[in-house]
Amino acid sequence: MPSGALGLGYDKTALERGIAAKPDIIAIDGGSTDSGPSYLGRGVSKYSRTSTKVEWAGLIEARALAGCPLVIGTAGTCGADSAVDWLVEITEEILRETGQTAKIAVLKSGQSAETVSDALASGAISPLMPAPDIDAQRIADCTNIVALAGAEQINAALDTGADIVIAGRTTDTAIIAALPLAKGCHAGGAWHGAKIGECGALCATNPQSGVILVDFDEAGFTVTPLADGSHASPHTVSAHMLYENSDPFILYEPGGHLNVTNAGYTALDQTRVRVTGSEWVPSGRYTVKLEGARRVGYQSVLLTLLRDAHYVQNAQAWCDDIHMKCRAKVETRLGLAPDDFDIELRIIGQNATLGALENRTEGVVELGVLGIVTAQAPQVVEEISKMLNPYLLHHPLTADEEQPTFAFPFSPAEIERGEVFEFCLNHVMTLANPMDAFKLEVRQIG
Amino acid sequence: MAELKDIVEKVRSKNAGPFWLTVDIFCGSPEAYKRVVQGISTDRVARLFQAEPDTLKRFDIPSLNVVKFSLPRPAVQGTRKDRDMHGASYAALVAEMTLN
Repeated sequence: MPSGALGLGYDKTALERGIAAKPDIIAIDGGSTDSGPSYLGRGVSKYSRTSTKVEWAGLIEARALAGCPLVIGTAGTCGADSAVDWLVEITEEILRETGQTAKIAVLKSGQSAETVSDALASGAISPLMPAPDIDAQRIADCTNIVALAGAEQINAALDTGADIVIAGRTTDTAIIAALPLAKGCHAGGAWHGAKIGECGALCATNPQSGVILVDFDEAGFTVTPLADGSHASPHTVSAHMLYENSDPFILYEPGGHLNVTNAGYTALDQTRVRVTGSEWVPSGRYTVKLEGARRVGYQSVLLTLLRDAHYVQNAQAWCDDIHMKCRAKVETRLGLAPDDFDIELRIIGQNATLGALENRTEGVVELGVLGIVTAQAPQVVEEISKMLNPYLLHHPLTADEEQPTFAFPFSPAEIERGEVFEFCLNHVMTLANPMDAFKLEVRQIG
Repeated sequence: MAELKDIVEKVRSKNAGPFWLTVDIFCGSPEAYKRVVQGISTDRVARLFQAEPDTLKRFDIPSLNVVKFSLPRPAVQGTRKDRDMHGASYAALVAEMTLN
């Protein structure tokens, strides 16, 4: 594993050590939902194309030197089909520019609204907790729906003899667990080692160094961080099960779950840790998790800064007054109903991060007020934002005072954010055959 | 009265997918772990997040000196009401709890 995600960088010297160790596969994750719904909604990558190309070219070269397959899961941050196509295009460019040839397997995870609606109608979709309500309309509203592939689909791609596997949405662990499972290694060890390895060196000290080696065998696995100054200990490895997991002992995957309650962690030396005793529990049904994002409107933001002590002290009352007056103006002049639009004034420096949960009230010298305008059409957002602008510049707390002017950092003050999306699925879909929801294509480049 | 952050190594919060938040209290020693386990009730943490106590999952893990709470996110990640896309700032709420 060169790092936790393509685009985050990796330690080149450590990668060379990994190549020298003659790995059976190089696996890297290409994304997650952690950056929010916009990437899946638009089907695009979070990371710079240039950085992605530089890092991916380095891994393609490493693969050729190591003589093993290279696999990426959740290509292009979200793993939607368009993001997979984007990485395939980059891969073709790299191979062409460096005069290399390679067999590429492309695994797509995109689901049509029709497929998911039919599955819902036939009872093949079950909610996880907490799940938003869904129906055929909500499913049709999604701009992208993906299913998370497991080890079976990755192994189908590897079985084609591909040099490079570019996969759409997969579980973070599947790309790592697949090969050891196919080779008959201990199933609990394969999934547990994959979970420990999926964030690269995050399971060790010097976590940003990235590259780690995981050796799988018939009883468990051994983890070795490869960068200078990076050491794994039973504590760092076992603590990694806490990371971004709601349950630190159980991890659900397509076809079953991992249980690490009885896992034992042993330091082999200052750097390496051996893990045994992890358990894989197969389930009766083969289910894949679904992710979907739908557009919920358009948005613009405005930022104004209050430095006058009187306004800093009365910022909430000031915002409440603007909110009421601007809303009334929008309803009257644009003829909109209250539910057609949203104006929020978020006080930065007071409770912008935690909102109603904030319980600290220490004084500050200045406050930012972030105006957030959301509505169904970009033209409406523009109109409302321009109505909000003069309030954020000049609104007085009292009618008889001289007109105040606040600090706008930009001209224009309105900043268009474009389309906004929401995640709207937290469900699993039952499949008769693991490949039913996925498409696999093989192509020879060069 | 001591705040949690004064006696533990670190408090971390992160998304566990778009619908869950998870908070890890790394106590750093068996003594601190014992104080946290005894001094922080699940009900108090639930009140901090304005959540129903039975929606919280709690894990007391003595082998790591860790107390972990997971709960449905106060606002689903990336929705209009969500203020912290990666959920890392909620840790401050827990870190600033006073110990009983």
